[in-house]
Amino acid sequence: MNMMIEAPAAPKKYKKILTWLFFIVVLVLCSIQTEVTPYQLIRGLPQMGILLSEMFPPDWSYLPTIWKPMVETVQIALVGTMLGGLLAIPVSLLCAYNIVQSRLVSLPVRLILNLVRTIPDLLFAAIFVAIFGIGPFAGMLAILFFSFGLIAKLTFEAIEAIDPGPMEAMTAVGANKIQLIVFGVIPQALPYYMSYLLYAFEINVRAASVLGLVGAGGIGLLLDRSLGLFRYDRAAMIILLTLVIVLVIDYGSTVLRRKLL
Amino acid sequence: MNHTLPAKPLWHKIRPWCWVIFLVVVYIWAFNGLKFEGIQSTAKSVSLSILDGFMHPDWSFVYDPAGEDLLRGLLDTLVISILGTFISAFLCIPFAFWAATNMSRRRPVSGTGKFSLSVIRVFPEMIVAILFIKAVGPGSFAGVLALGIHSIGMLAKLFSETIESIETGPSEALTAAGATRLQILWFAVLPQVIPQFLSYSLYRFEINIRSATTLGLVGAGGIGTPLIFALNMRNWNRVGVILLGIIVLVILTDLISGWIRKRIV
Repeated sequence: MNMMIEAPAAPKKYKKILTWLFFIVVLVLCSIQTEVTPYQLIRGLPQMGILLSEMFPPDWSYLPTIWKPMVETVQIALVGTMLGGLLAIPVSLLCAYNIVQSRLVSLPVRLILNLVRTIPDLLFAAIFVAIFGIGPFAGMLAILFFSFGLIAKLTFEAIEAIDPGPMEAMTAVGANKIQLIVFGVIPQALPYYMSYLLYAFEINVRAASVLGLVGAGGIGLLLDRSLGLFRYDRAAMIILLTLVIVLVIDYGSTVLRRKLL
Repeated sequence: MNHTLPAKPLWHKIRPWCWVIFLVVVYIWAFNGLKFEGIQSTAKSVSLSILDGFMHPDWSFVYDPAGEDLLRGLLDTLVISILGTFISAFLCIPFAFWAATNMSRRRPVSGTGKFSLSVIRVFPEMIVAILFIKAVGPGSFAGVLALGIHSIGMLAKLFSETIESIETGPSEALTAAGATRLQILWFAVLPQVIPQFLSYSLYRFEINIRSATTLGLVGAGGIGTPLIFALNMRNWNRVGVILLGIIVLVILTDLISGWIRKRIV
């Protein structure tokens, strides 16, 4: 009896060991490729300790200097999110199969949307800095494209999930496409869209705070500078302020989103 | 037949307008605050040369036996994100049990766990990356550590939610049979959560691939390093081929990891 129960279990154990072996081989190959070893970590730890001890106490007198760039960071995120969100409305309508029946239109639009979404925000920023020069405009454009991809994707999925009843009723009484969208789609999709807009804004504040590292405006520029000058106490102050602003915005946006949905 | 709807309270009528006015004021403030005067006059010609570069990618950069090339950069990026995900998947397990409300008897324990996870989450990974670059020097190692530490925030949150949603039956049965806490963990909790853990780790791996492509922009290894050189030298043909490589890598890893995730859960 015991034999019969245990017999089928054997190949499973064998497979388990093989999976673990595969994991370990991949890990070892990866650490050889990047020359990442536990020894390096142990050697780096004291340096990390020195870095942290130099960061405290933060340089509080630096706060008035960094307040304006911090405000600029939030402004970049605000403007970029709104423009990206506006751009996302027509595109998400074009992507949704229940609005545009012709696959000839929606498939290419979806393809472009997916391509935009594979490009990370900092990459957009680096390219726009090359085109438009150093400054917040490049950062704003990077945030615009990044949030456009995110909001359009989430919104078109929300549009595809709406209740078809109102749209069918309106088609039956002879509404045209624009009436259909204004009275049948928007009332249902609007709360989701607003919630995604807020969600994108949360992400964008974080993104905007590091855009300055590639020269695209905001607080990141000062962070880069104070790290370059080895003023870790100032860097700590910048990081601290960023954390506080991000936490406050996250909290506010979470409360608003809960009210919306 | 004089039916009229009951009048809405005044507050309900004006509330949407209050929001609109508030938003308009915020946006006027934001647009006025941003100074867009620093736009280069060469923007148009640069854009044209970028487009030209994207149309004619520098194929010779794809494989170069002598040194830095696209394939090696992409491999580095892939390896950085694999190692980073591995590290965070292991490191976040204790955090996940710390933050799960059903794993500790006292509420404050899981509360502090959840709070420390959200603190880790608000740190942008680029900031984590530059801190590690300062500590261990530029290179892939800083990138691996940055991803490994930053991912803990999100992974441990998802893991702890998984732990909170497990069935209590098996662990109650084990308690009744007199198992120790460690045995309960090993035989009742872990078997229930491991598939979900793996699925979340793969999901995080997809995110990490995207981050790893940009880590090099600040000096943390991977494909971002040749990219920032090419950008600084205005070598648009090379930027074009690198961008193409990144898109292909991201799409491929998304497809493969999505396929594995579907099989696990």
